[in-house]
Amino acid sequence: MRIRLKIWRQESNETSGRMESYELKDVNEEMSFLEMLDVLNEQLMEKGIRPVEFDHDCREGICGQCGVMINGEPHGPLQHTTTCQLHMRTFRDGAEIYIEPFRADAFPVKCDLKIDRSAFDRIIQSGGFISVDTGQAPEANTTRISVPVAESAFDSAACIGCGACVAACKNASAALFTSAKITHLVKLPQGQTEAQERVLKMVSQMDAEGFGHCTNTEACEAACPQEISVLNIARMNWEYNKAHIMRK
Amino acid sequence: MLDAKIPEGPLEEKWNYYKSHTKLVNPANRKKIDVIVVGTGLAGSAIAASLGEMGYRVKSFCFQDTARRAHSVAAQGGVNACKNYKNDGDSVFRMFYDTIKGGDFRSREANVYRLAECSANLIDQAVAQGVPFGREYAGYLNNRSFGGVQVSRTFYARGQTGQQLLLGAYQALMRQVHAGHVQLSTRHEMLELVVIDGKARGVIVRDLVTGALERHGAHAVVLATGGFGKIYFLSTLAMGCNGSAIWRAHKKGALIANPSWTQIHPTSLPQSGEYQSKLTLMSESLRNDGRIWVPKKEDDQRPPNQIPEEERDYYLERRYPAFGNLTPRDIASRAAKERIDAGYGIGPLKNAVYLDFSRAIGEQGEDKIREKYGNLFRMYQKITNVNAYTEPMRISPAAHFSMGGLWVDYELMTSIPGLYALGESNFADHGANRLGANSLLQACVDGYFIAPYTMANFLADEIRTGPIDTKHPAFEAAEEQVKAQLRMLENIQGKHPADYFHRNLGRVLYDKCGLSRSAAGLSSAIADIQQLRHDFYKQLYVPRGFAINTELEKAGRVADYLELGELMCHDALTRNESCGAHFREEYQTPDGEAMRNDKDFAFISAWEWQGANNPPLLHKEPLHFEFVTPTVRSYK
Amino acid sequence: MTQSTLTKKIWMALTGLFLCFFLIIHLLGNLQLLIPGPASQQQFNAYSQLLSGNIIIKIISYILYASIIAHVIYAIIITMQNARSRKVKYKYDKRGNLSKWYSRNMGLLGTILFIFLVIHFRDFWYVYKFGSLPLDEHGHKDLYTLVVTVYSELWYVIVYVLCMVALFYHLIHGFFSAARTLGAYHPKYVRWIKALGWAYCIVICAGFAFIPVYVHFLK
Repeated sequence: MRIRLKIWRQESNETSGRMESYELKDVNEEMSFLEMLDVLNEQLMEKGIRPVEFDHDCREGICGQCGVMINGEPHGPLQHTTTCQLHMRTFRDGAEIYIEPFRADAFPVKCDLKIDRSAFDRIIQSGGFISVDTGQAPEANTTRISVPVAESAFDSAACIGCGACVAACKNASAALFTSAKITHLVKLPQGQTEAQERVLKMVSQMDAEGFGHCTNTEACEAACPQEISVLNIARMNWEYNKAHIMRK
Repeated sequence: MLDAKIPEGPLEEKWNYYKSHTKLVNPANRKKIDVIVVGTGLAGSAIAASLGEMGYRVKSFCFQDTARRAHSVAAQGGVNACKNYKNDGDSVFRMFYDTIKGGDFRSREANVYRLAECSANLIDQAVAQGVPFGREYAGYLNNRSFGGVQVSRTFYARGQTGQQLLLGAYQALMRQVHAGHVQLSTRHEMLELVVIDGKARGVIVRDLVTGALERHGAHAVVLATGGFGKIYFLSTLAMGCNGSAIWRAHKKGALIANPSWTQIHPTSLPQSGEYQSKLTLMSESLRNDGRIWVPKKEDDQRPPNQIPEEERDYYLERRYPAFGNLTPRDIASRAAKERIDAGYGIGPLKNAVYLDFSRAIGEQGEDKIREKYGNLFRMYQKITNVNAYTEPMRISPAAHFSMGGLWVDYELMTSIPGLYALGESNFADHGANRLGANSLLQACVDGYFIAPYTMANFLADEIRTGPIDTKHPAFEAAEEQVKAQLRMLENIQGKHPADYFHRNLGRVLYDKCGLSRSAAGLSSAIADIQQLRHDFYKQLYVPRGFAINTELEKAGRVADYLELGELMCHDALTRNESCGAHFREEYQTPDGEAMRNDKDFAFISAWEWQGANNPPLLHKEPLHFEFVTPTVRSYK
Repeated sequence: MTQSTLTKKIWMALTGLFLCFFLIIHLLGNLQLLIPGPASQQQFNAYSQLLSGNIIIKIISYILYASIIAHVIYAIIITMQNARSRKVKYKYDKRGNLSKWYSRNMGLLGTILFIFLVIHFRDFWYVYKFGSLPLDEHGHKDLYTLVVTVYSELWYVIVYVLCMVALFYHLIHGFFSAARTLGAYHPKYVRWIKALGWAYCIVICAGFAFIPVYVHFLK
């Protein structure tokens, strides 16, 4: 198949960018989307054009490093699928495909499709953990956790930190990411001791990074490759409100 | 010359004895000690967080955009620990024995025993961190059986155990970053080790955003940089996985042990075209219910469902009636390759075999199969667009795990004092074949429970050293060398990008240093790789003059692979026996099974770098079996 | 502003929910317009009188004004801050596929409602409070006649009904959004709130829209 590409090119954080058009013939529909970009890059290099920089690593949908806007949607048109798991058979012959980086002021573009998502790390640093030093842990089976609780904690913990939720949100809010971690930890008995402090710190860090407000459009859930539920956001709000009322 | 520093005494006393007699660093002195940790996977995050908690000053580096993306994240199945929660007869000794036997008796007894001994603690630690392991209805932790052992000792978090364990370690690391004990640099790649007066004293890293080189000094350096299976180009590994950190340490004097022992995983998705960049792994657990077959007729073009039962060759069940489809990974992969090479492979490229669930679906119902493997079937459909409930999956072997790596002693220290290697980057515990669910365990145990003790033994003598001066001539020289190499790679301006050479190298290694090897094949592979290396330095193309430059990163890694690949062939060529993942065609029984030679080859091959144009030098560390007797692994 | 994003959202939710509550009272009053015959006029005017004299109602009405103002101000602050969170826009944007249009256009719907509110206040509240309304036979200000007169204009009825459609969409998202902001996270209760929200919005908006249509055609 033959496709036409419009790709965001931006040499560095300091320069401005623009959309550039490329054409690819002989695209195999069994190719993954990123393999298509590999082929494009080989052809660009043959012509002496700087290859398109994009983030990717595991290429099996779990590391969360890949992630671009494809035809105006995070990770492209297939629901609950990361960019690396998207295959060219999803597109028709002759298709025009727009590729842009995830955009948010908290995710500055580094080069082409590469962005800086370290804001997510700083949110986790502010409190997204259970404070247990190596060696302090008690015998694992002393804490019983029912299957539904463990499973629902897992649902929240499944986040891969790709940033599609922020990219999809009209306000570039990081509420889904932040709440998934808060919810994962507060659902488990081990995580409850620090629940109050954690939610206050993480929300405050989320705000400091310049993410917008959550206005509950639920676009994040629709864009999330891991199907993280917006009810995590409700849980974060609940914990936050509780912490506010209870704190001294 | 090679002293593994294994403590005296009975097997079960060694680690305790070591821990009680090792030197310690006083808490007040720890803040005077700097440690560099390269890599933020399970081993790297675990050691960096643990040292941070103890009060050391840690600098941590990873090439990904955040620490949480290291490839430990992709491990699916589970993590072994001998908790004996199932009351089914598990014990430290049994786990030790399973692991050493699974490794075909090519690992150290003391190391493997310690791995089993520390496994229980890991589960405690992970649960305390909030890892949502699978539970039973009463709320206690659940186990599954894995990889052909007779007890249930595998803990799991759905099919994402690696992700959840890594997030636990990552969060512990983030906590230390926030506390100021760990300084984390993401998008930084280590390009050189700095050795001063024989001790590892720092690294040169490249900032992958600005392109700048940085010097970092420390009293000890830990490499936790994972495996180098990506050397085969097509592998189950992440695109960025590489052998550069350990290779550059090797060139500075660290020995590499058993580099050719690579686990080729039997159940990965086959290559579908030239453009392909990686092979996705399908969990081994599928073999619990799937049956593997190829058509009995060569070059059979019929769709699988039209091939009648009597014209199918269930070759694993035929050759290994006792274990059938559950034979260990090395054996299953080799049997698949045998059929494919004989011309019975299926699929457009004739490079795969069928994994068929029709009998299991018939017996247990589709719902039961969906409940067990729904996510894997969904993933299969996503990638191939084939519904595996109605048509068999196509699978084929793919490079997966490096049993080999930097040689380390019992303290996980390499042959360079002050340089440690943890997790998959060392060679220590898996012998010639790794058992399923032992890799997560080893990475975690190394990072949480072993290195924090053994490193203190070295660091105790460093409290008076004072800060490491990065203006030292050794830093100067190392940085110059890196700079020169980068400039050289950019200036070749040939016509092929790095991937071209990488792909060709992968092809040579799969053919001649993969599932089966022969002296003739390995000798020709060495010549092929030398030629390829020659071409690389003549024809490489790297875009010039950009700060962010993925092609330059790749070129550096491929340059190292082109040397490491040759070492792998030397390693395989000198080992005139078949053991675990290493199968030499000359050393097999009449019915095609591996023939181990304990008399002449019960040793670890540790290789020393002798310069680019000289063959590597082999050191042998003999393996002594005091507590177990090596037996023939039979799965017939 | 040192309030967190979540705190600002709580104020939006609380003021919004108070306005939702007020709409119920308001609708109950308006339903008296549906009473057939002259009893309707008497009842409606008496009710209006009762509301304007009562001290509790007075306090509530001040809370109401404050709520409207706070709701608007917080909306403006939040919108402005959100606009700053992504200064470089997407060149090609199909994110509309991922969410409901009205959830993304609360500001627009809110603006429509605000304009409606201004007209509504001018036509009824202002005239009632500060204008010179004639008295009915019981000595109450004759708001009823004013309403019937205004609703006799067809274009006004159309505008009114359209505004109630806007209100419906604003309410349906606002109601769920408020529930989430306050922390309703349990799936079971979220289902109940969903059902309640739909029922509430349909009843309120259909009720408000039906009244002018009824008055226009039948009075």
